[in-house]
Amino acid sequence: MAIIKYRKALNQALFEEMTRDPMVLCFGAGIAERGGSYKVTEGLLEQFGSKRVFDTPLSEASFVGMAGGAAIAGVKPVVEILFVDFTLLVMDQLINQIAKYNFMTGGQGKAPMVLRTQGGVGNGLAGQHSQSLEALFYHIPGLKLVMPATPYDAKGLLKASIRDDSPVLFIENKKLYLTEGEVPDGDYIVPLGKADVKRSGSDVTIITYSYMVLECLAAAKVLEEKGISVEVIDLRTLQPLDEESILQSLDKTGRLVVVHEAPVRGGIGGDIISTVLEKAFYSLEAPVKRIGGKNTTIPFNINLEKLCIPSVEDIVDGVMEVMNS
Amino acid sequence: MELDLIKGMFETALTIRRFEEAAIDQYRQGRIYGYLHPYLGEEAIATGVISALRPDDYIVSTHRGHGHAIAKGHDIKLMLAELMGKESGYCHGRGGSMHVANLAQNNLGANGIVGGGIPLATGAGLAVKYKGGDQVVICFFGDGAINQGVFHESINLAAIYKLPVIFVVENNHYAVSTRIQDSTLIPNLSQRADGFGIPGISLDGNDAVVIHEEMVKVVARTRQVQGPTLVECKTYRHGGHHINDPGAYMPEEEMKYWKSKDPVLVLRKRLADEGVAEHELKEIEQRVEAKIEEAVAFAINSPEPSKEAFLAEISVL
Repeated sequence: MAIIKYRKALNQALFEEMTRDPMVLCFGAGIAERGGSYKVTEGLLEQFGSKRVFDTPLSEASFVGMAGGAAIAGVKPVVEILFVDFTLLVMDQLINQIAKYNFMTGGQGKAPMVLRTQGGVGNGLAGQHSQSLEALFYHIPGLKLVMPATPYDAKGLLKASIRDDSPVLFIENKKLYLTEGEVPDGDYIVPLGKADVKRSGSDVTIITYSYMVLECLAAAKVLEEKGISVEVIDLRTLQPLDEESILQSLDKTGRLVVVHEAPVRGGIGGDIISTVLEKAFYSLEAPVKRIGGKNTTIPFNINLEKLCIPSVEDIVDGVMEVMNS
Repeated sequence: MELDLIKGMFETALTIRRFEEAAIDQYRQGRIYGYLHPYLGEEAIATGVISALRPDDYIVSTHRGHGHAIAKGHDIKLMLAELMGKESGYCHGRGGSMHVANLAQNNLGANGIVGGGIPLATGAGLAVKYKGGDQVVICFFGDGAINQGVFHESINLAAIYKLPVIFVVENNHYAVSTRIQDSTLIPNLSQRADGFGIPGISLDGNDAVVIHEEMVKVVARTRQVQGPTLVECKTYRHGGHHINDPGAYMPEEEMKYWKSKDPVLVLRKRLADEGVAEHELKEIEQRVEAKIEEAVAFAINSPEPSKEAFLAEISVL
């Protein structure tokens, strides 16, 4: 067991999977010699050579489509798009072509590729480099959607994604790359579609994922001092969604708060709450609460930016509101 | 060129012609629905290009893709069944006319998005090259696709990585209803190859023999040195964009000119000129008619997909 950074955990996953399976290739803009903006692909070129690790021109739609075509024809590309904001350039290839391929061919063909990218606000990156766009992709059948919060999950989920038969959109968060956590030595995977209880509690359930897991755990500590026992469920994978874990926790606590960095409007939180209302209405002992980003383009100014995503205080306040109602 | 090869090409082109006519007939009778984009008038391209390939070479097709699939040797019974949405179709009724695919014969599929298949074809080329194979990938698309971003991006990717992809633009002169001269200033679409530093050629897209002979050279070069080529085949639709488009924007004189170069008749005449007897040509025609009749009966009599199986299948997506 070692304590390593989130980005190092991802890097180890790539090293191990490329070693395990000679069909795994990595490509994207600036990922080879430079090792990627966040150093996730560092050292891969030296280890595996330029046939397996190479840079692409800035042709996002086509190099993602190329990854899909290569996957259909038998290799396993792990392709990187530097910011989730730039995935808007690849929507046709990802949604009309790759996500639908298995279905539209009547199950004949598969496109097992991983598209790695990262989202969320940083420090003054403004409107086109700070978005949380997972809800767009959550809506699309045929795509798996993974958003890990810890180094352990990042490594295990990336390895599972590479081994999966479906196209996987793997969204990291730029605020997580330098966070640290324990990662065991040797091979392990974290299966897709399984949530994780990051903190056990009995009074209220917080459902969250990605960077907001850290903020929710910090909020849970504050709430503990107020005598409130918070259970924090990290979804880890949004598609497939682990409904069972959500409902189990709610059965125990009877109170539900959903937290994400993405805007509340049209977000994952609304869908989770709808599912809960349909399937477990009578487990609820209090009104539910969504806590998420403001419905705005992310501003450049760093003080304004801070207002746009939930803070620990926002989460504490939201939980208190549910507890007091 | 061997006469048997030309006879085979005539049979392929005629099968495409009769298949499309039968599909239109079935559409009018209500057994086929949705969109149907006939390949009528363009038969020489699929026939000439694919006859220059090995069975393990890949193709990536388009919304106007029946001809490519037939030339690749697909079973027309299963194709027509797919057009009718039947369980016995290649995609079990999940794809329809715009999405016929047969992975077993390395047809990665038709496409409902103009230009959408171009990156996928490039990726298939990457996979072939990485695995050390010597197959080629034929990427078919129409003149409408040449102004899509992915056309430019993907050919450039294939060029810089020297991928074994042959980009075949079927220039039928109309992107739906927009004339080619209204969407590009260059007279030959293969000129665009210069911008990517790759070879480009423009061919008479109504003469399958010419196309075959040129493609044999292009395919051989692609297998040896790899790297893409852009091949333009100039042709013309014998109707509107799809079955319900009368093509009122297509001038009569223009249609008359291109119909005088009907690709099926061009092949038939060549065979007759080479001394093939009329009764032998008739035999080919009768054989094709019989296959079409058999396919129509098969498709009509095939069962619908099971609703229960479909619902079970999607419950795990």
